[in-house]
Amino acid sequence: MLDLIYKYVSPQTLAWLIVAFPLAGALLNGIHSLLAGRFHFKPSKVFTSILGVGLPFFSFAVTLIIFATLIGFPQGQEPTMITGPLFEWAATQGLSITFGLKLDQLSLVMALIVTGVGSLIHLYSTGYMAHDEGYARYFSHLNLFLTFMLLLVLGDSLVLLFVGWEGVGLCSYLLIGFWFEDPYKAYCGKKAFIVNRIGDTGFLLGMFLIYTALAGADLPAEQHQNQFFNFEVIRHFSAYLLPAATPICLLLFLGAVGKSAQIPLYVWLPDAMAGPTPVSALIHAATMVTAGVYMVARLSFLYVMSPFAMEVVAWTGAITALFAATIGLLQTDIKKVLAYSTISQLGYMFLALGVGAFSAGIFHLMTHAFFKALLFLGAGSVIHALGGEQDITKMGGLKERMPITCWTFVIASAAIAGIFPFAGFFSKDAILWHTFHGGHISLWLIAFLGAGLTAFYMFRLVGMVFFGEPVMKAAQWMKVHESPPSMASVLMILAVLSAVGGWIGIPYALGGGDHLQEWLAPVFAKTVGVIEIGSHATEIVMAVLSLLWALHFVILAWVIYAQRKEWPARMAGRLRLLYRLVFNKYWIDEIYNFLIVRPLIWTSEKFLWGIMDVRLIDQFGVHGTGRMMLVWNRLVTLMQTGVVQQYLFFFVVGVILIIWGMLFK
Amino acid sequence: MITLNHYLILAALLFCIGIFGVIVRRNILIILMSIELMLSAVNLVFIAFSRYLGGLDGHVWVFMVLTVAAAEAAVGLGIIVAVFRNKETVYVDEVKELKG
Amino acid sequence: MIPENILSILIFLPLAGAGIVLLLPNRETATIKGWALLTTLLTLAANIWAWTHFEGKTDFEFQKTYLWIEAFNIYYRIGVDGVSFLLISLTNFIMPIAVLCSWREIQTRVKEYMFVMLVLHTGMVGTFAALDGFLFYVFWEVMLIPMYFLIGVWGSGRKIMAAFKFILYTMAGSLLMLVGILYIYFKAGQSFNLLQWLQTPFSFAEQFWLFLAFALAFAIKVPIFPLHTWLPDAHTEAPTAGSVILAGILLKMGTYGFYRFAMPLFPDAVFYFTPHILTLAVIGIVYGSLVAMVQKDIKRLVAYSSVAHLGFVMLGLFVLNSRGVEGAVLQMLNHGLSTGALFLLVGMIYERRHSRLIADYGGIAKIVPMYSFFFLFVTLSSVGLPGLNNFVGEFLVLLGAFEFDWFWAAVAVVGVVLSVCYMLWMVERVFFGPVKQEENRGLKDLGWREAAILVPMCALMLLIGVYPKPLLDKMHASTDAFLKLATRQAEQTMAYDER
Repeated sequence: MLDLIYKYVSPQTLAWLIVAFPLAGALLNGIHSLLAGRFHFKPSKVFTSILGVGLPFFSFAVTLIIFATLIGFPQGQEPTMITGPLFEWAATQGLSITFGLKLDQLSLVMALIVTGVGSLIHLYSTGYMAHDEGYARYFSHLNLFLTFMLLLVLGDSLVLLFVGWEGVGLCSYLLIGFWFEDPYKAYCGKKAFIVNRIGDTGFLLGMFLIYTALAGADLPAEQHQNQFFNFEVIRHFSAYLLPAATPICLLLFLGAVGKSAQIPLYVWLPDAMAGPTPVSALIHAATMVTAGVYMVARLSFLYVMSPFAMEVVAWTGAITALFAATIGLLQTDIKKVLAYSTISQLGYMFLALGVGAFSAGIFHLMTHAFFKALLFLGAGSVIHALGGEQDITKMGGLKERMPITCWTFVIASAAIAGIFPFAGFFSKDAILWHTFHGGHISLWLIAFLGAGLTAFYMFRLVGMVFFGEPVMKAAQWMKVHESPPSMASVLMILAVLSAVGGWIGIPYALGGGDHLQEWLAPVFAKTVGVIEIGSHATEIVMAVLSLLWALHFVILAWVIYAQRKEWPARMAGRLRLLYRLVFNKYWIDEIYNFLIVRPLIWTSEKFLWGIMDVRLIDQFGVHGTGRMMLVWNRLVTLMQTGVVQQYLFFFVVGVILIIWGMLFK
Repeated sequence: MITLNHYLILAALLFCIGIFGVIVRRNILIILMSIELMLSAVNLVFIAFSRYLGGLDGHVWVFMVLTVAAAEAAVGLGIIVAVFRNKETVYVDEVKELKG
Repeated sequence: MIPENILSILIFLPLAGAGIVLLLPNRETATIKGWALLTTLLTLAANIWAWTHFEGKTDFEFQKTYLWIEAFNIYYRIGVDGVSFLLISLTNFIMPIAVLCSWREIQTRVKEYMFVMLVLHTGMVGTFAALDGFLFYVFWEVMLIPMYFLIGVWGSGRKIMAAFKFILYTMAGSLLMLVGILYIYFKAGQSFNLLQWLQTPFSFAEQFWLFLAFALAFAIKVPIFPLHTWLPDAHTEAPTAGSVILAGILLKMGTYGFYRFAMPLFPDAVFYFTPHILTLAVIGIVYGSLVAMVQKDIKRLVAYSSVAHLGFVMLGLFVLNSRGVEGAVLQMLNHGLSTGALFLLVGMIYERRHSRLIADYGGIAKIVPMYSFFFLFVTLSSVGLPGLNNFVGEFLVLLGAFEFDWFWAAVAVVGVVLSVCYMLWMVERVFFGPVKQEENRGLKDLGWREAAILVPMCALMLLIGVYPKPLLDKMHASTDAFLKLATRQAEQTMAYDER
């Protein structure tokens, strides 16, 4: 089978096809949508769907082929493929940037997630967006997103990664503000872009620091050919980066903080929920926001050189995990709950990276992609059925009307809560275990607490939406319907993945083979303390402990929100202040607004423009010079009396003075 | 004995009287006459030097100056007539067209 | 005949066109416009031909020397290196677009307008091509006068004031430059030859004052903070084509002047002034961005954004390494394309709605989707999205700056964030949200002529963003030579320090 394929296309071409398929879809759909808008015809839905959904699936198929090829490599040979440079992008003296793809264990896992989950969500979108007039535009954006995301994960250099990095940011901007007639949604899109850009500056500076450190080190030219941004080169010469490792890692991490919505730059992600729900599922849960995790994992060899940076990553992750989980407890918008849960789960991934458990982080990234996509799509299904309603206090008992959505949602919730044997259990447990095992007890405590809260808010959501008594009126109730097959089928596929997806990473302690870890291990640098597997007995105890901890919260939440709905209100009454603090998301947005945004605009408008530019430079400086001329003019015209005899008098005086000077000098 | 110095002093006196007249008098006709007086003073210097040095150059220049003075008087009087027609005055301090 | 004189053809073809325009009858506006367009297109075609023959060598290509005024040893001496050739190409690319975009906007005095445009064209190409100090000055002034008329006659609002401000500002600077040119003329043994100037040694005091004289003229043109206040006025009141040319090409005269004259001639002074100019450059970046953010007039916003973008160019030039300088040169071209296109787009909507105020729009993305697409595309190019042109330039400049000293890059990178703030905020207020003004419902989307203007520009932006190498290859040799000249002092000092 593979031989047959490779008879016609080279592996390199195939690799580029992964990126090219969605790009073609984006271009064709984009032109289609544009022309339709300009010439006022209705874009063809069939055309859009075939291209927009078909091409991502092609891309997925190609990724699978390459995956099959790589796992077919003989033992001992690194399952890695490098396309080599397609073309040289830019070159100056001492710098050469080429565009090429690198498919190794890590990027292939990422590519599989992106194309796999991505294609499913494309399929789901055909149902979800069926009645939207921007159908073609939607698919062109979504395809473009896939293109950039694939560039991000497959690119062989930091620059190409950055191209993808900003590109997905752009698509995120376009898709959050997809329904741009709503000013709030347009605002959210812009906010996401700007906050991401703040992080990107760190990323840029980190890149520059790598370049400066390597280019200034007088390395053998034939080994790097000035391609100082290439991962291979950076890795090969990473020893030269040791002195600058901490600033490099911290700067790059700033980029990750922006993209992956960690404290303090997480504020854009909740607002990003303004976009269509499949977008939230794909971009703001499964793929784009994990780019930061991918980047840190990709550069693991740099991070292990700086224990301090690792500490920062771990603590940022842990604190974000707990912090976002607390906010998630009280949100009433179904998507906002999921958004905060995404932030929290991303925190777990960073925690894993920070304690050196890179493969655990990627493992969680993968399972998270499955169950969080499913959660969002399930939420989308609910929202779709309720005609746009997102407030969970107005839902309840939906189990009766939409069973498929309900049960897939429950599976996903169990997965995220860490219930055995669903996917999330294994990945979260891996993180907790590695944290504990690495000796980071305080981090482990925070993460453990966060895990409980996760279980609680997820089942609060499940209880309030699907169980209990329906709140809505009967007429409305009758209109609630299960989603069309295009959506439901995707839910079921993802449910299967959420259920069994974790089995490829079952640790040895629990009788598994830890396949993912084995597969990824060559890519990652090793840190001290997490190399050996440790005591199996402790690991099993810890796993059972965290399972019980999560289960207890699941039951608690279930009881409170599905059965005893009056309890939360009473609790809120008791803890008034705390309740308001958390309910208002700690007023972080307001604080940012008050401390940064408003002073900045005020200073610019009133001081820089009003006083500095208009008054000081223009009025005083420029027009002031003009007015000075006028003053001189007044002085000089005083002499210009018009009486000729006076002129003559001056003239004679002048002559006398000159003669005087000539005679007596 | 009348020496060159006497001529020069006389010429200087005449010239100063002319300048004084030009600057002080308001009547435009008298100003014109004062200018003529200054020219005469210059002519006197020319003649005196011509005699003193024994050349003819000075004489030639005097003729030149006389010619120019005649032309100037003609143009000057023409302007005066024009000014008088327009302003009905011959006093220069009443004509201030050049005031800035 | 043609091959060796191609540069003169590029310079004087527009002037010949202008002569013919003068001969045409006033009333035949269509013929006049057509003729002007044809002239600019012919020049573009000649430029493309020259492109294929340009090799990117270290010394000047297409050189040509004729004696002009013997008594003062003045020559008509022209030639291009990689940088000036790219800028000439940009000029020739922008001019047909500028003529096309005036097609409907200019209704009065069409003949004079086209005449002035074509003379301006000659002036600009000539300035880039001149290798003789005197010739350079002549072309420099030839270029100012038509621009003055463009703003003063065909502008809008307070056009006279803007035109005066423009001309006085630039004249003040260029007179000082003239003094500098004359000083060098005598110092270099009564020669205006730039190549000879480069061989002439100057004492530090001479360099100090001469650099100041030249730098002031160029700094006003760039414009460097705080000499920028003519720019928003001139941009805002000029007709669309005027703004496009002003932003696209005239501003580059300043940076080009630094590149060609001020920096290679006076390396000691460059060494001395580098920290000051870098400071002003980053102030320009941050300040321009912040002020742009709070503008109420779209054109004024774009004008202030130019201050920020040109700050990047200055930053790149003065960090004096290969990355920075090539980035800066690329950024000159990019700014010409992106900001030029932004002005075009603003001009198009102004033609329809006769307002440039952000508050008069809102939600028009729904009504004019094609227009909105192009606007967003150009906006993204302007904010430096990877894959589009500005990113390449900004990336290289920032990389060069970082290499020079991380501090400058760290400050300048703030501009990257702020650029998103002001551009996207403006886009949000103009294009998104509900339609606020009923008049806007009747807006027409782009026509064929407008599409014909925008498509090549956007295509070029994409091309440069994806594959900038051909452009960089053209300039390598020239920037290397430039760096050698401009860092003469730095090397000496370092050698001295080592001793």
